Amino acid sequence: MLERSPQPKLIELNKVSRAFPKASGSQFQVLQDVDLTIRAGEIVGLLGRSGSGKSTLLRIIAGLVKPSSGSAVCRGEPITAPPRGIAMVFQSFALFPWLTVQQNVELGLEALGVEASVRRARALAAIDLIGLDGFENAYPKELSGGMRQRVGFARALVVDPDLLLMDEPFSALDVLTAETLRTDFIDLWIEGRLPIKSVLMVTHNIEEAVLMCDRILVFTSNPGRVATDLKVDLPHPRDRLDPSFRQIVETIYARMTQRSEPKAPSLDGIPGTGVGMMLNQVSTNVMAGLIEELADAPYHGRADLPVLAGTLQMEADELFHIGEALQLLRLAHLSEGDLMLTDSGKRFATLDTDGRKKLFADLLVNYVPIVGLIRRVLEERATHAAPAARFRNELEDYMSESNADETLKTIVAWARYAELFAYDEQSEQFSLENPH
Amino acid sequence: MSDNRISPAALGRALVPNIWDMFALVFIILALVLIVWGAQQTNAPISALDIRPLSLNPSHLPEYALRTTLRMLLAIIFSLIFTFVYSALAAKSRRAEIVLIPLLDILQSMPILGFLTFTVIFFLNLFPGNVMGAELASVFAIFTSQAWNMTFSMYQALKTIPKDLDEASQSFHLTPWQRFWRLEVPYATPGLVWNTMMSMSGGWFFVVASEAITVGNTTITLPGIGSYVALAIEKQNLVAVGYAIVTMLIVIIAYDQFLFRPIVAWADKFRFEQTSSEEAPTSWMLNLFRRTRALRAFTVPFSSLARKVSLMPVRWPSLPQIRLPLAISSGSIDWVFFGVIGLATLFGGWSIYAYLSAALKWSDVWTATFDGFVTLARVVVLMILASLIWVPVGVWIGLRPKLAEKIQPLAQFLAAFPANVAFPAFVVVIVHFQLNADIWLSPLMIFGTQWYILFNVIAGASAFPNDLKEAAASFHYTGWRWWAKVILPGIFPYYITGAITASGGSWNAAIVAEVASWGKTQLTAVGLGSYIANATTAGDFPRVVLGMTIMGLMVTLFNRLLWRNLYAYSERRLRLD
Repeated sequence: MLERSPQPKLIELNKVSRAFPKASGSQFQVLQDVDLTIRAGEIVGLLGRSGSGKSTLLRIIAGLVKPSSGSAVCRGEPITAPPRGIAMVFQSFALFPWLTVQQNVELGLEALGVEASVRRARALAAIDLIGLDGFENAYPKELSGGMRQRVGFARALVVDPDLLLMDEPFSALDVLTAETLRTDFIDLWIEGRLPIKSVLMVTHNIEEAVLMCDRILVFTSNPGRVATDLKVDLPHPRDRLDPSFRQIVETIYARMTQRSEPKAPSLDGIPGTGVGMMLNQVSTNVMAGLIEELADAPYHGRADLPVLAGTLQMEADELFHIGEALQLLRLAHLSEGDLMLTDSGKRFATLDTDGRKKLFADLLVNYVPIVGLIRRVLEERATHAAPAARFRNELEDYMSESNADETLKTIVAWARYAELFAYDEQSEQFSLENPH
Repeated sequence: MSDNRISPAALGRALVPNIWDMFALVFIILALVLIVWGAQQTNAPISALDIRPLSLNPSHLPEYALRTTLRMLLAIIFSLIFTFVYSALAAKSRRAEIVLIPLLDILQSMPILGFLTFTVIFFLNLFPGNVMGAELASVFAIFTSQAWNMTFSMYQALKTIPKDLDEASQSFHLTPWQRFWRLEVPYATPGLVWNTMMSMSGGWFFVVASEAITVGNTTITLPGIGSYVALAIEKQNLVAVGYAIVTMLIVIIAYDQFLFRPIVAWADKFRFEQTSSEEAPTSWMLNLFRRTRALRAFTVPFSSLARKVSLMPVRWPSLPQIRLPLAISSGSIDWVFFGVIGLATLFGGWSIYAYLSAALKWSDVWTATFDGFVTLARVVVLMILASLIWVPVGVWIGLRPKLAEKIQPLAQFLAAFPANVAFPAFVVVIVHFQLNADIWLSPLMIFGTQWYILFNVIAGASAFPNDLKEAAASFHYTGWRWWAKVILPGIFPYYITGAITASGGSWNAAIVAEVASWGKTQLTAVGLGSYIANATTAGDFPRVVLGMTIMGLMVTLFNRLLWRNLYAYSERRLRLD
């Protein structure tokens, strides 16, 4: 279908992979064999879980990260440095706090050597376009988050890029501000007032992707791969309550939960299973809270994820993390965009604190291999103590250092709740002694 | 003084391998030995400086003060240039970093007044019989007291540039030159300004000490407040010492009001936190410039020039990429690089040994080490005493905001005041009552630096969260329990920052504090400071080198073993934010 499109190709990625070296000397694969073509006139969304490599992909196109293999081409030229004609909007805004709004906007023009008077005129036009009139002399720290991101947009647009890259541009904003910025941006886009030809945006917000994008690439994690290339044909402005909008959201939820199925323990040491299973930091309070919510009316043990995300005011990504943690412990089951409590989950909801802790401990030992391993090692040793470094090293064979760190922190928090073993942060030691 | 969240440079980098420290130590001592050796080869008499006699007439003091101030300014300019070049090199090149950072780490542990001995010889050799040499020696001594911690602060800033700003400047195609002035320098500015201020505080001490110095049979007296005090000591004129103290007070206040307060207030806009700080520093001077049209017009050409320079599309001369026909990997270049350094270190170590062993016996090493431990004992005892006094006082003041507001500038001012100007007043008392010099000279070491403890503790107590105070009160925490569980842990990070500065300053001050004179009366306290000072006066360079080596080692070990651990602990456990 896309091949028939008459629009010229702006970006072409062919079998792009990216690996980062780990302390152990081995490589951690972030992206694997990604193909992507961006043509003029479209808004493309990269949708995926955190850690799925979508930000890395954006940075490869921005020329900030080099691919380990494969080719990245911008208008026929291989990307080796940040290409001309591509500008970027950052999640954290990335404004220079010592420059005023106007100076920030002029930054890109200065680097291009544009003459001062032209620079000024163009910056004022961009500031005007993006609705920042009157704020020219303000410093970023005087502005609200939404206004700061408008500066980020103005700064990117003023250099007249062909392609605008957006790295989760609305995720640091509150719900209302984010919505205003999205609709303002889409209005300018459909009115053709933006100087850009195409947009590539990274997001983990499913509704945001469906609201804004013409095409959505859904990423899987570990390593990052394009799982689905989905076209969104709805006309702008889109209505979140429109049944066909809901249908697309449901489809994406289903695809994303489907993919997390094969995370069951396996023997072949594939990353993400066995001892090398990566755990996300999910608080036991949040897990218990979600179980209680699910057990009660109106869900009675089964909830539709988009609905749940709506009522709990949670991002899909957050909900996935909790759902996966529950699934890992066999407290709940994720499939086809639904979250269902298992029998253990239903029992958990009825127990008192001590009972919950006991059940949680049993599930941890049975279903989280690294916890079982730590427990075994502690029991075998005469001192009933072991340094955390021993398990950290083991984890780092399977995952990046920061992931190993997060996994270890999660284990410590869960084991403390389950009263399985103690951890002393000072000496970085696990031990069996129970502080009674 | 709004930013106390800057780690003291004296701690250096946490992960510097020790082998590189050894290399740095050898390299620095070798440089000192070479200076002395070179001087002995040239045979030129380095005395015979035609310096006009100073006068104790107070009418000369404004001129002397001006000269002293100019030396300070010159040194700070050199320090800034050094900071930009050295830290940029260390931050951009991995190989340079491996060598430069340990070098800096050791350099800042060396006694600054010890350097003076060598800089005097070096510059007097460079400009034989010329006052220029003596002036430069003095400026260089001040430079050595300022440059290291400024460079460290800039280096740390360059290594912690936020990733998003780094990506933004790349993606908007800033050249390295533009990036340096638009991103890196502004980002480093708050820390650099703070460290420059601390440097200036320390600098007054050394400018005073460096204006009147005797190295062997060369005596240098540069017109300035320091030499004025030296002459007053010689003439036993206590009134003149009083004049000098008053002049110094005025100079420091003027410096603070006209130079630093405006700079600190201006630098506030470079603070990286995106939220506006509760209390922005203010300066009437800066307000004057910002609000008065004529004065503002005066600054416009400068700021537009600065902007032009920062935007110049300068590209670093791309180093010629020599492509040898042989495929040489980066790894093998590393081997060659480290091999050369290793050999140079070995050779340097051997040369130092050869030079020192010609003049010294092992018993000298023991003497110096013993003296080192005596000075160490002094530092430890004085730090404990100063803490016992100033921590309760600081807490008491810090918990009373109105009072803290008044006392804080005073404490900072006292830290900047060169204590050596006031030394004679103490010496007179010691001489008069015939007190034991070994004990009663000691307090002079911490006299100038104890204020760092005070003003940091005040800052800590002022910043102690109100809700914790209220919680402690509602649970009836009082007496020793309140001190041990509530306030002491609360102010600990601040206390450590102050104590590190105070302890470093005390080591430095030992060289002038352990030897004191009043007219013809000489007082000497046993210690490494007097060891170095006496060797300097006698022109006994091997002993100066030995003394400096031992002091450098002891300070480095003291910093590594005690302060770094305490600091790490306080950062990990006791940070309230």
